[in-house]
Amino acid sequence: MTTAMAERAPKLPVPKITGAFEGGPLTGAGALAKLALRRDRIMLPAWVYVVVIGVASNAYTFAKLYETASSRASLVASGESNPALLFLYGRLNGNSVGALTAWRYGVWGALFASLMSIFLVIRHTRGDEETGRLELIGSARVGRQAPLASAIAVAALANVVLTVLLGIVLPFLGLPAAGSLALALAIGTCGLAFAGVSAVAAQLTAGARPARGLALGALGVAFLARAVGDAAGASGPGWLTWVLPLGWTETLRPFGGERWWVLALPLALFVACVWLSFALAAGRDHGAGLFHDRPGRPAASEALRGPFTLAGRLQWPALAGWAAGYAVLFAVCGAAAKGINQLVGTSGGLTKEFTRIGGQAEILNAYLATLMLLAGLAAAAYGVSAVLRLHSEETSGRADPVLVGSVGRARWGMSHLVIALAGAAILLAVAGIATGLGYGLAAGGAGTETARMLGAGLAQLPATAVLIGVAALAFGAVPDGSVAVAWTAVGLAVLLAVFGPMLQLSHWVLDVSPFTDVPKLPLSGGVWGGRPPGPAAPGGTLAPVPLVWLGVVALALCAAGLAALRRRDIG
Amino acid sequence: MANAIEAHGLRKRFGKATALDGLDLSVAAGEVHAFLGPNGAGKTTTIRILLGLLRKDGGDVSLLGGDPWRDATTLHRRLAYVPGDVTLWPSLTGGEIIDLLARLRDDSPAARQGELKRRQELIERFDLDPSKKARAYSKGNRQKVALIAALASDAELLVLDEPTSGLDPLMEAAFRDSVSAERRGGRTVLLSSHILSEAEALADRVTIIRSGRTVETGTLAELRHLTRTTVDAELDGPLSLDGLPGLHEVDAEGTRLRCEVDNAALNELLRRLTATGVRTLVSRPPTLEELFLRQYSDQSHDSERDRVTPAP
Repeated sequence: MTTAMAERAPKLPVPKITGAFEGGPLTGAGALAKLALRRDRIMLPAWVYVVVIGVASNAYTFAKLYETASSRASLVASGESNPALLFLYGRLNGNSVGALTAWRYGVWGALFASLMSIFLVIRHTRGDEETGRLELIGSARVGRQAPLASAIAVAALANVVLTVLLGIVLPFLGLPAAGSLALALAIGTCGLAFAGVSAVAAQLTAGARPARGLALGALGVAFLARAVGDAAGASGPGWLTWVLPLGWTETLRPFGGERWWVLALPLALFVACVWLSFALAAGRDHGAGLFHDRPGRPAASEALRGPFTLAGRLQWPALAGWAAGYAVLFAVCGAAAKGINQLVGTSGGLTKEFTRIGGQAEILNAYLATLMLLAGLAAAAYGVSAVLRLHSEETSGRADPVLVGSVGRARWGMSHLVIALAGAAILLAVAGIATGLGYGLAAGGAGTETARMLGAGLAQLPATAVLIGVAALAFGAVPDGSVAVAWTAVGLAVLLAVFGPMLQLSHWVLDVSPFTDVPKLPLSGGVWGGRPPGPAAPGGTLAPVPLVWLGVVALALCAAGLAALRRRDIG
Repeated sequence: MANAIEAHGLRKRFGKATALDGLDLSVAAGEVHAFLGPNGAGKTTTIRILLGLLRKDGGDVSLLGGDPWRDATTLHRRLAYVPGDVTLWPSLTGGEIIDLLARLRDDSPAARQGELKRRQELIERFDLDPSKKARAYSKGNRQKVALIAALASDAELLVLDEPTSGLDPLMEAAFRDSVSAERRGGRTVLLSSHILSEAEALADRVTIIRSGRTVETGTLAELRHLTRTTVDAELDGPLSLDGLPGLHEVDAEGTRLRCEVDNAALNELLRRLTATGVRTLVSRPPTLEELFLRQYSDQSHDSERDRVTPAP
């Protein structure tokens, strides 16, 4: 009834916007922004929902779990002294529930908001340009800069909505209004800053994949900078927390005497990046990056002859990038572990807390084990993206010429799956070696440290492989939903690993993540993670059984995925 | 010799949509067979079943004497395929892709030797720069890459899905020359198209499909037999067409006549014309275009009727 009436109603005249929007380089930006919102009508609210509900629901549980000051005391003590926790979450700015919430979810909320901005901006700029969609749009009455402007505007809108929702929800949970606003703004402005960073990245490369890689790399560097700055201790490079966006969510000090002027930093970065991206976009051709493609080989080398070498050729730039990032990141983090020695004994209270959780060696091991857990989770993210290359090859039609050659489906599926598994193993080995070298060269004993960290890194491989197997099975069985299924699995594993132990979830819930079953290596007493609320995990013995089981599960998942692939339609 | 492709009552559904609804197709070994139909008729779906990429829901299908689903890997050694919408790996050069596709099909030294020889000649004929990254190729150039890879192979069956849709007229001519040469060389070609002049110039036999069903199949001569001839004449005086059967689209003005006539009634029409006296006469067989349009519009009238009657 209402729709019928709406159809009959005369169309309202479209209001005319004048200035840069009419006939100028921004003509049509409004329409394009609407198109982007229409295309992302599921994805965008989902991101905002995940960040808002993630932070708010955890803040709620947190307030319930640590209601009294005394229950917060030990958490605060370990939060201030344990480099693993400092590395992961940042510094504490007080011992109120609000300060603890900001500590636990500030940096990570900002991280997710930044991921949202990166995917969004690249998708609507370089992504559309690479597929040729922008060419179609550009031929209509649309200004040169309109697609870029609309993508930035949509990302900005998403971050504003995110900020407003958080700013409204958090005070309802009983947190102080000023601190809530500061935390919401800290997360939102960080997302905004990375919208700007992505806009610049989108101008630099001719492909969407490397552009996304650049922006994600910048995010990784930002995380690393603040993590090292926080974990390094008093004598370490604490200034690193100040130099990049993710650290600014801490230096703003929500709930701990807010420093409002810090908000100017991400906003200034955003403005500078937007200006730079427009300047770069104005000076380049459609479809071109900053660097032009040089002519390549007129004939294939002897090596490029089958599905495996093709998959290797397609995947190797991404793997090389990841490996380089891993090497730098973990070398720095390993070297930062030396600062732990200086931390101990700075105050009587801290020493007491240290002794309670196992002493200096245990703290160090817990920190290193945390590094390896993060290496495992990130390697799973790499592996899943490598498996999902199968999906993009299929949907783009590039799988057809391979499968119409005399290449069986299982062989084609395996060609990318092997890269995912081998790549994850390489990354974990790099993480272990780099951490061991970094710590060993700084603190002595490079040889033994490298050997033991290499083992600790590779111990993550079975759990990582399980997530790769989930992606393989999803691709084989439900190709249309494979991207969502695979990344949800990774997201779940990250959430359970990073927030699960602190929320004192039952181990049934924690066991959903394969990483819960990985022994904490190098061996530690379960300072961080482990299975609460039971006694500290028995240190000293390594049980290889869970690793074998995880390996079996991973292989079974991969085999099931390939079997399903052989039975279904392609394309 | 057995048929290269034999399909009977082929069925395929995608969810609720029926793509193929009992399609028949038979392609004899050594012939160029045009596979015609409007967009969405089911040409590409049929081809993807023949290539073992899709699984049929019903009917029988054999390809080069084997089952295209079960024996896909072995059969693919003997065929080459050019998709309608060619997408290539953006970071590889055209030359690399041509070689890679050949090696994916058959990596034996003998096959490689043959490929190498023809590759260069085809690259020159189609005027392709093989050192460019595929990212930089236009649609036509991407199509050339796939065509060169297919033509350079020694496959006995070529499956070409709208292979000229992005080529310019000069390249289209090069394509026709190549396919004619292939036919002389004894290769079987399945050529899906909606460019009818192309099928007319190249094909031995034609299958026309619509809405997932075969509506017509045969040689061009056989199909023309079913149809009309267009007649355009200038006469000495006015002409009476009363009582003459089989006339269509009549446009008579004074001494000028334009009409289409069923071939069965052609003789009678000519008798009347000569009785009046003919100054000029042009008569020609229908182009495939006309055949096709007629087939298409008749069918859509039918389906409109179908739609009206069973409505509840």
